[in-house]
Amino acid sequence: MAELSVKGLTKHFGGIAALNRVDLTVASGARHAIIGPNGAGKSTLFNLVAGELPPTEGQVYLGERNVTALPVYERANLGLGHTFQRNNLFMELSVFANVRLAVQHRLGINRHWFRPIGSFKQLEERTDEILRRVGLLGQRDRPVSALAYGQRRALEVGLALASEPRVLLLDEPTAGMSPAETTEMTGLIESLPESLTILIIEHDMDVIFNLAERITVLHYGQIISEGTPEQIRADQTVQEIYLGSEGLALSDGDGGEPGRG
Amino acid sequence: MENFIIQFLNGLVFSMLLFIMAGGLSIIFGQMNVINLSHGAFYLLGGYVGLTMVRQMGNFWLALLIAPLLVAILAVVIEHFLLRRLYGAHRHLEQVLLTFGLALIFSDLIQWNWGAYVQSVPPPELLSGHVPVFGLDFPIYRLSLIVFGVVLAAVLWLILERTRIGAIVRAGVSDAQLVSGLGINIHLVFAGVFAVGTALAALAGVIGAPVTTLYPGLDFEILILTVVVVVVGGLGTLKGAFAGALVIGMADTLGKAYISEFSLFLIFAVMAIILLLRPSGLFGLEGIGT
Amino acid sequence: MTAVDTPLLRVRGWVSRRRPWFLAALGLAAIVWPYLASAIKPFYLSLTIDILIFAIFAMSLDLLLGYTGLPSFGHAAFFGLGAYVLAYIASRSDLALNLTSNLLVTLPVVMLVTAVVALIIGFFALRTSGIYFLMITLAFAQMLFSIAIRWSGVTGGSDGLPGVARPTVGVGPLSYSFGSRTSFYFLVLLFFVGSYWALRRIVNSPFGWTLRGIRENEHRMQALGVRTFRYKMAAFAISGAFGGLAGMLFAYYLRGASPEMLHWSTSGEVLIMLIIGGPGTLIGPMLGAGIIRGFSLLISSYTERWETLMGLLFIAFVLYAPQGIVGMLRQKEKEPDG
Repeated sequence: MAELSVKGLTKHFGGIAALNRVDLTVASGARHAIIGPNGAGKSTLFNLVAGELPPTEGQVYLGERNVTALPVYERANLGLGHTFQRNNLFMELSVFANVRLAVQHRLGINRHWFRPIGSFKQLEERTDEILRRVGLLGQRDRPVSALAYGQRRALEVGLALASEPRVLLLDEPTAGMSPAETTEMTGLIESLPESLTILIIEHDMDVIFNLAERITVLHYGQIISEGTPEQIRADQTVQEIYLGSEGLALSDGDGGEPGRG
Repeated sequence: MENFIIQFLNGLVFSMLLFIMAGGLSIIFGQMNVINLSHGAFYLLGGYVGLTMVRQMGNFWLALLIAPLLVAILAVVIEHFLLRRLYGAHRHLEQVLLTFGLALIFSDLIQWNWGAYVQSVPPPELLSGHVPVFGLDFPIYRLSLIVFGVVLAAVLWLILERTRIGAIVRAGVSDAQLVSGLGINIHLVFAGVFAVGTALAALAGVIGAPVTTLYPGLDFEILILTVVVVVVGGLGTLKGAFAGALVIGMADTLGKAYISEFSLFLIFAVMAIILLLRPSGLFGLEGIGT
Repeated sequence: MTAVDTPLLRVRGWVSRRRPWFLAALGLAAIVWPYLASAIKPFYLSLTIDILIFAIFAMSLDLLLGYTGLPSFGHAAFFGLGAYVLAYIASRSDLALNLTSNLLVTLPVVMLVTAVVALIIGFFALRTSGIYFLMITLAFAQMLFSIAIRWSGVTGGSDGLPGVARPTVGVGPLSYSFGSRTSFYFLVLLFFVGSYWALRRIVNSPFGWTLRGIRENEHRMQALGVRTFRYKMAAFAISGAFGGLAGMLFAYYLRGASPEMLHWSTSGEVLIMLIIGGPGTLIGPMLGAGIIRGFSLLISSYTERWETLMGLLFIAFVLYAPQGIVGMLRQKEKEPDG
């Protein structure tokens, strides 16, 4: 069954079509990657799916439900989680408080306005559990502004996980990471429950071919190919258009900042 | 009917005054990202300086030239010693509070120097008298104020759209970094823009004084209406300032004439409705000032 | 981060280690103060009442600015509205039941009316953000100011509504009036402590943390599924209600409501209190209220030009202490070099 699908999705910026009649179906529990050169429309696709931008045309479905007209927060409440390419965190709050914000919404206790937050035992336990899963328990009480870059990326994922989504959109989770941090992040993504549907944008081909079961290739806002990693590797068009050019940055050289921490 | 025409003309007069004010406020905001709450005080200061000059020298036209110039010099001093220290994306509140403090100081010192009573200013000889409009007398001075407002709008528009300085200012509205990247001295631009914007307020004060008279508290009244104008019209564009000034100037004048107790409701109802439909004003640039 | 040894921090550490003792001493001082002040100079007691009321007002704005990140320049609207609602009730005929001066009647009515008006203003203002929000709140407050001036049949015009008696509690013969200055001081003190306690509880609740999340990153809160508009509305209503409470107390204190309470200089004054003390701390705004009110009442008895001096004080604080007193203490802790 399709957990997430888009039909005829189109987005124009001014006169330019950033995305042109894209159809995409992501199966339940899939590890589905979107690749494509810069400017291919990957981020636009994510923004349309998450509801950050309204589409010019087309629909977005979560399961059977047409969510095209729904705002960001309603899509989130229907089970759509989202990490951001550029860290999008609560910078002056502690790591713990960051994740707790997601958990407290998930537990539906935000409207308690006169009861101390410390009195919700389940809240603390679930928050610590998420922190353990993303390896940030040791950083629990530090403000986000004091975290290393890779740790912030992990916190991004932690925030998304804390909402217990059905579908998780990962927007370049390893961008700007050192090789060691990339390995850690890949391990983290691999460890996510199988029932979770994951759609991922990523530049690092090692990460993609490690994680993905299915790959969609975008070029100039259109899908030019879709298939298993083996099929994509073998695909002539993809080779020419994508892998031959700047692409296939096989991660070791450029790609990442030198490690920190 | 005749009465309505007179009120309509009065509305245009007031709209033009508001436009000159709002144009100044909007240019300063668009370029420097600063909401200048002492803008109303500069109107009053311009008006009083003009008044003194008219009384001392008996020459309205000289006052029209000198008063904005003096206020502009004051603005450059303020920009250089105070405002400059607070530039930055997340310092809106501090800028607002700084200009608020300045507004308090000016309002107090103006009252100290010029007194706490209402002072009227005679229009210049050349433009005194009335002309018949649909059988009713209408002051020539007010008619010429409408003309002046339209001409000024056209001149400002031409400067902004057709000159190099205008291009720099327009670029600064969308991207201040771009401007400094082009090797233009951004501090000079800021000082200039602040001086011009403030001089516009003082200019409005001089030419508006025969219409609004001068009294303590007018600074704040005119500031609030100007703020409403830019909220309605949209920040950072001349077109917005003009459209907003027409809407609010008319609403204020006609409201006062026909439903005097509720005229303010009219203004704020207009503002509320426009905000509901267009949160960044009639011609506002999307996402500015957030 | 290593803590540095500065005199300020040493004082802070000393205080926090002895918190119970410190609080007891503070409580004792607050109880003894009215008797001491009457012996020295009764003016000091009035000054204290004034400061306590403005501290409530400043804390109410802190919920908006400090915790939710909403820079309202129109908070005087609720302060003045609370005062006018009270003065209007007080001017109604009493039916000899002590209803119109009875706190049990006036307090809920005032807080309810200001909360509702806050919701109406918030409905429009909260569609915008940043500098627009600031200007729109300023404009709405000005609307109330102009109504107060022009609708003189109800508001008394520029004279305001005088003739508010000191509050009472209880019914008929069983009522008690806070008629003396000392008893009124204790009433205000009670409201001050109660407001601080209530606001402290609110900001430490899940709701309060949601507000902090909105302050830090509203977009991310929405991405987590939070309908932020509702929470901002709620914050606006609570903040307005406490602002109304402060205004009500001030009207009891001045025995009337006046349009100056709605004036933009009142909105600016309370914002400055927050900036001076440090927004988002509740304690900071209290300190700010003490400094600003103390300064303005003291200098206004010496010079006519106190507005100029206040303006200079505002500018000095904006330029030299933008993160506030409490913020400066915290800063020292975080950055040893600073």
